[in-house]
Amino acid sequence: MDPRRSARTVSDPKVRQVGFFTPAAPPERSCSDPPRQQDLIQPQSPSSTQVNDHFRSGDSLSPVMIPPPPHHHSDTLHRTALQVTSPKTAFSYSARTVTIPTENDDVPSSLSPSRKVVAVKSPSSYPGVRASSVPASELTTVSVVNLPPGISEKAGGGASVEVQNDRPVRSKSLKEKTSKAERRAMQEAQRAAKAAAKAEGTKASSAATKVVTSANTKPSKAAKPSSQKNDGSQFAASEKKVGDRAPEKDRKKDAPHPRMQYDDTSRVEKAKKRAVVKQTEVRNRVELFRHLPQYEHGTQLPDLETKFFELDPMHPAVYKVGLQYLSGDIRGGNARCIAMFQAFKEAIKDYSTPPEKTLIRDLTARISSYVSFLIECRPLSVSMGNAIKFLKNQIAKLPLALSESEAKATLVSDIDRFINEKIIVAEKVIVKHAVTKIRDGDVLLTYGASSAVEMILLHAHELGKQFRVVVVDSRPKLEGQLLLRRLVRKGLSCTYTHVNAVSCIMQEVTRVFLGASSVLSNGTVYSRVGTACVAMVAHAFRVPVLVCCEAYKFHERVQLDSICFNELGNPDAISKVHGREDINYLDGFVNRENLQLLNLVYDATPSDYVSMIITDYGMIPPTSVPVIVREYRREHLWS
Amino acid sequence: MPDTQALVNDFLNKLKKRKIEGSQATAKQTAELLRSVISQTRVPYTNQAAALIQSVKAVGEGLIAANPVELAVGNVVRRVLHIIREEDLSLTTAAMAGLNLSAVSDDEDDVDGDNQPVLSAAAIAAASRSTLRPPSLQTLLEDVPDSAAVPHTSSSGGDSEGKSKSADKSSRSRKLKHDVIEAVNELIQDINTCHEQIAEQAVEHIHQNEVILTLGSSRTVLEFLCAAKEKKRSFRVFVAEGAPRYQGHLLAKELVTRGLQTTLITDSAIFAMISRVNMVIVGAHAVMANGGVIAPVGLNMVALAAQKHAVPFVVLAGSHKLCPLYPHHPEVLLNELRSPSELLDFGEFSDCLDFGSGIGAPLLHVVNPTFDYVPPKLVSLFITDTGGHNPSYIAEIYQLFVMSLRGEDMKFKSEIMKTNCIAGGNLVKS
Repeated sequence: MDPRRSARTVSDPKVRQVGFFTPAAPPERSCSDPPRQQDLIQPQSPSSTQVNDHFRSGDSLSPVMIPPPPHHHSDTLHRTALQVTSPKTAFSYSARTVTIPTENDDVPSSLSPSRKVVAVKSPSSYPGVRASSVPASELTTVSVVNLPPGISEKAGGGASVEVQNDRPVRSKSLKEKTSKAERRAMQEAQRAAKAAAKAEGTKASSAATKVVTSANTKPSKAAKPSSQKNDGSQFAASEKKVGDRAPEKDRKKDAPHPRMQYDDTSRVEKAKKRAVVKQTEVRNRVELFRHLPQYEHGTQLPDLETKFFELDPMHPAVYKVGLQYLSGDIRGGNARCIAMFQAFKEAIKDYSTPPEKTLIRDLTARISSYVSFLIECRPLSVSMGNAIKFLKNQIAKLPLALSESEAKATLVSDIDRFINEKIIVAEKVIVKHAVTKIRDGDVLLTYGASSAVEMILLHAHELGKQFRVVVVDSRPKLEGQLLLRRLVRKGLSCTYTHVNAVSCIMQEVTRVFLGASSVLSNGTVYSRVGTACVAMVAHAFRVPVLVCCEAYKFHERVQLDSICFNELGNPDAISKVHGREDINYLDGFVNRENLQLLNLVYDATPSDYVSMIITDYGMIPPTSVPVIVREYRREHLWS
Repeated sequence: MPDTQALVNDFLNKLKKRKIEGSQATAKQTAELLRSVISQTRVPYTNQAAALIQSVKAVGEGLIAANPVELAVGNVVRRVLHIIREEDLSLTTAAMAGLNLSAVSDDEDDVDGDNQPVLSAAAIAAASRSTLRPPSLQTLLEDVPDSAAVPHTSSSGGDSEGKSKSADKSSRSRKLKHDVIEAVNELIQDINTCHEQIAEQAVEHIHQNEVILTLGSSRTVLEFLCAAKEKKRSFRVFVAEGAPRYQGHLLAKELVTRGLQTTLITDSAIFAMISRVNMVIVGAHAVMANGGVIAPVGLNMVALAAQKHAVPFVVLAGSHKLCPLYPHHPEVLLNELRSPSELLDFGEFSDCLDFGSGIGAPLLHVVNPTFDYVPPKLVSLFITDTGGHNPSYIAEIYQLFVMSLRGEDMKFKSEIMKTNCIAGGNLVKS
């Protein structure tokens, strides 16, 4: 045992902060003091369970893990319960805690069966707290690893029951289910609080059993993986079945839930019933992209415009933004995100909680309906998805005690803070970093029109650096022309060319600056279509490729090709060449059966082609993206 | 003679103004022009071949200088020169054979000797090559030093001829011209039919349910794909539109009319789509001796993407596109910049164009190259009218199937390189 212990203590504490969350928590505990080490060994030595267990439940509160300031019970419960009520937060930390202090033996026993029923399936086999505290106490350690100290300090003393609840619900009726779960969780929390205060074991237990009977309640469901987390080896025999399934689920919990696949007809039908925007599908769909929505563009816009004043549930500001997305007036990850948030701000300002409803739940539902409307207008960008998660998280975190106006003010300021910190300031930081990479005499190549890259170029020019810019552009959007115009107006010396000529021009280029719609956690850069081509050619010519992307656009999803997920633009934009009326070969051919027009909007650049990603956290190699994703998520959730 | 001059000037103008689209059309018209030049050339009694070569060279150099990046012109000129030499050689051999024959058996008919050269010039040329100069290295060594080898050989041939049969001279001179014109006609025929010969091989390369990517438009590619389609293969074609000319639209239209499943994509989506593609089939502008390809702009990108995803990159090229030159800095020297107005509407940008950087240079440049250079390592296969070949084998293919390089051609080559370089330099400057 000794060698192992020493080996573990050596392990870098940094791993704990940034590493992947794995069910194998033990190595991460290693940074604590020697008594902890005993616990570490525990899973390997089932015989010592009781001893260790006793040991831990008594004074094992490691200084690192669980700082012990005592809290008022009800308060603790209140807060933790609230956290439970935000099950949809997608910055899913693998652990959140509902802690019940063990001063009163009855209370945990009343609650712990509720967990055990699911987890162990033999609640009777655990006579009391002592026995049940084996997994429970381990849970503390497990969860604490994931918890920042701020929360873990609430784990008052003794064994605590962990409820991990943040697994994203992956069901069709996301909304209803969430609210149900929330309601139940709150109910449970309130009851538990009462129980704790009055020490009425019977009542609490009844409440707990109620929770158990309702099969799909959040906490009970969530307790499953958490309890499995620890039973690595010693419970393997008794709980084989559960143990088999659980780690998998546990892993799933961290992963983002799957996107809507549009080749799934039943779900598409359902989605259509709810839809505000009646999109018509294009006639000749590209077989390869059946899983993506392929709609005709521009047909529904006038229709929607006439409905502007009719739509009751939709806030006009949101509606307007939706139409702007639809018509393509607002483009670019940052612009779309800011526009959405401004609209949401308006909506929140005008919001008033309907009677017999709570703000938290109702507003979340309202926002969700707005978001689904926006999705109908145009699929969300990753940046928007992240921003929405942030907003929902903020709503869920609102203290119940706040009055409506206060809550609204808090949310509005939260939104402003997000826009300012994550987008505006972040871009400034990126510019500051990136400018250091520009030297006199450089020839910088950029593709499309990225706001971050534009700011970098303009700032470098303001600093008096002598360089030349090559703007590479491609059909059908020709965004590069807009960028070119702005750059030339500012007096930058520019060269303009199209994406096919990139290998001709690449010989004189010294650096490639690219924007990104998102950076995925395997280092893949998800960006405007053509970015991959440019990066590939740059790689072939040994030119460094610098991707500029704000950290809020990072996403934990992974993607290997550009086909699994993408967005399809207007196919008609392909057949007609803007400004070239002489090219009309396809007039009258567009509706031919065997001709498909494919207008991809994004593509995925493999991380091999990316030399460096410049974010507001600094300049990192693409392999470090997961770190940023984790860190960012953490900061988001607990700030 | 004057009408030839007018024809040449007309063609020169067309070349200079880039009025002729495509290397096949250029090659064909060049061959036709040279044919009329040959037919109009007055040949003296001696050195007919030299005279022909002289006039063809004079015209050819002008043509090449008119459009140095259109390598097909040079290729055809070289082919015609080669034809003249081969015909001359075959006539000489025939005469010598006739001499030998007459020496051996004097009482044989003259008809026999007369018939012999008419049989088939190419076969005799091949035979004569093998008999007269068996090792190619040796002939190279012999031929390189003396630049005035042509008149010498032909004159010596003429002398020997003159010694033997002076009466036959006039008929021989007519015969040479006639044979050369016949051979040039064959060459034109070859250029015309190269599509069919390449397309015949389509079924060997395209299988059922294949996904094929191509960029821009090439008649060879169109014929190739349609040939496979006619053989009841069903497959799907992704056509990248090929900015800035958007010939891909044209190709897509043609393919759709012929009933192929076609998907038109933007050039920028090439990397995204290539992972689902089984084969890239493209046409070429010219194939260099090292196996590199001068191709429509954008193909280097396609080739790189294909390499990344291990997709075979197949280049279709008629033999008139094979060029014995080695490329040097082809992205610039063998390239051509087209009008910027294809990319940018200057009306929209007129407000930006007034700005200057202080030294008088405008702030805005627009680069619109016509060609891309695809290095041989990115090419998986060449399909020519003589079959499929590996890029490393292209120089040998040229030697074996098209024509053998000889000293005169080498010299001609260096001249071409010079003009190319000058033209390229001008390109860079402009």
